[in-house]
Amino acid sequence: MNGSLLLAINSVTLGGVLFLLAAGFSLIFGLMRIPNLMHGSFFMLGAYLSVSLLRAGANFWLAALVAAVAVSAIGGVVERFLLRRLAGQELAQVLVTLGLSFIVADLCLIVWTGDPIQIPAPTSLTGGTPIWGAFFPIYRLAVVVIAVVIAVVLWLMLERTRLGAMIRAGVDDAGMAQVCGIRVSRLFTIIFCLGAGLAGFGGVIGGPILSVYPGLDSDMLPLALIVVILGGAGSLPGALLGSIIVGTLYNFGLAMVPELAYVVLFLPMLLVLVLRPQGLLGGRAV
Amino acid sequence: MSRVLSTAVGILALASVPLLAGSDYYINITSQILISAILAIGLNLLVGYVRLMSLAHAALFGVACYGTAIMLKAGYGHLPSAIVAIIATMVTTSIVATLALRATGIGFLMITLACGQIVWGMAYRWISLTEGDNGINIAARPHVLGVSLASPISFYFLTLAVFAVAFVAVAILIASPFGASLRGTRDQPRRMAALGYNVWLIRFVAFLVSGFWAGVAGLLFVYYNQFVSPQVMALTTSAEALLMVIVGGAATLLGPFVGAVIVVVVKNVVSAYVVHWNMVLGSIFVVIMIFMPEGLVPGTARLLRRVRTPRIGVLVPEPPIEKKRAR
Repeated sequence: MNGSLLLAINSVTLGGVLFLLAAGFSLIFGLMRIPNLMHGSFFMLGAYLSVSLLRAGANFWLAALVAAVAVSAIGGVVERFLLRRLAGQELAQVLVTLGLSFIVADLCLIVWTGDPIQIPAPTSLTGGTPIWGAFFPIYRLAVVVIAVVIAVVLWLMLERTRLGAMIRAGVDDAGMAQVCGIRVSRLFTIIFCLGAGLAGFGGVIGGPILSVYPGLDSDMLPLALIVVILGGAGSLPGALLGSIIVGTLYNFGLAMVPELAYVVLFLPMLLVLVLRPQGLLGGRAV
Repeated sequence: MSRVLSTAVGILALASVPLLAGSDYYINITSQILISAILAIGLNLLVGYVRLMSLAHAALFGVACYGTAIMLKAGYGHLPSAIVAIIATMVTTSIVATLALRATGIGFLMITLACGQIVWGMAYRWISLTEGDNGINIAARPHVLGVSLASPISFYFLTLAVFAVAFVAVAILIASPFGASLRGTRDQPRRMAALGYNVWLIRFVAFLVSGFWAGVAGLLFVYYNQFVSPQVMALTTSAEALLMVIVGGAATLLGPFVGAVIVVVVKNVVSAYVVHWNMVLGSIFVVIMIFMPEGLVPGTARLLRRVRTPRIGVLVPEPPIEKKRAR
């Protein structure tokens, strides 16, 4: 009983980390119509940058913030100077992000070597707290809270601000939004920075749980892909729902059939693609 | 007739490689090129003639490798192992194709990527079956028609024979009415549907044929290497194959072969000097996509033309190949 409760809370924690990764991925995909194949790299880069910052003596939260801003800036450069040159050629853009992900992976290997690195959780949040008889690490609960706060802020930004309205217009119909005087190309840069920053932040926050190692990027990327296939492209609630489903299945899969945890993820994807190709909460097919 | 002649001359030229190559090293490199070319020929059928970018081909290639290795480890003979490996590849291919063909364009690419990574994850984590990161060794190469394939030269000739069959078979397929319907579904899917063609089925069959050649390449590779590890299924392998197709020029018969020559040679040369092949691969990808997305051969020609002719004289800029929105 306690075991499965612990698993359930761990699943929600992983879901929270996945949401940070997948929210940006989903928005980029919804707006620009490209799956950003370097999104896993942003996640890993954020985690590695925070490792260096922490070693330099920075506070955990400061490190998370600085890493997120740095990754966001890298994302902005990639969008502005590489992807924009290929505007309208989605396949070429996707392949550029694929190429960049290889470059980032090798750079990280050179800088931070091949050994897995455990990011220590902030000292104020170490230790555990008893919940319904189970002893539960506070840090994981904090991750859930952070993910929920960010989800709410993102939702308010999208639904209640002028920028959000422009983004939603762009997701629905980029051409029409452009005709209405919205500078969609600028939205692209904003969303790409935002998505990259969120992924980088997610990497830092997830670091104490997942640790950082070469290949983290290609471990996370398919999870983000599956979240978006499940939830629907460009849909924030979809990303949240998808993250929780994937987090739960992956965690329970790892606990019950550790060798086939990845295959467990295949089933919901299969069901959604066959029964509802536009995703559970998505407006249109991928 | 001239095409038949030039194909024959090309294959004879390849057959003379062992005579010209000074050492086993060059023979082995040429075998690598041919194996990669078989994979690329299969992928080109999808990428070039149906314009569906698959990132699942490493997985299909790998399923054949693992199928063979696992069967051999279990004590079966070479022939049943090879047959089971190809069947396993075809089953995997049809599952991936059924899922991925729910979409086209970017959606197709995403689903193939997700499927490919899931199969890779299986190879990595299903340790009781695949031995995980340690990989599986293959004790010996088989005898074919009484000839041992243990030496580089005999293995090279087997690879060359398979390559020739793949090249000619795909050439015939492309020239056939089915090939015409492939190009039709690529250029005008809705018109083809209106004409009564089953667009989905045409794409599905193209995927199956493409997966078959990926499996054959995998079969050759596992015997070439006599070892298989999850690395063969990694995204890098799919990306390399895609790069071969794009570099050589998609939708051309010779393109995949030219691409395989370039990628394998660059990879071997680079690996001799630096360890970071992935970075080089990524950089080539980015540069090619930005400056010459139509492929190295036509792209170089275009860039040279641009250098030679004054800018004012250029009236119609050539459209990049992937201008169409993928919906």
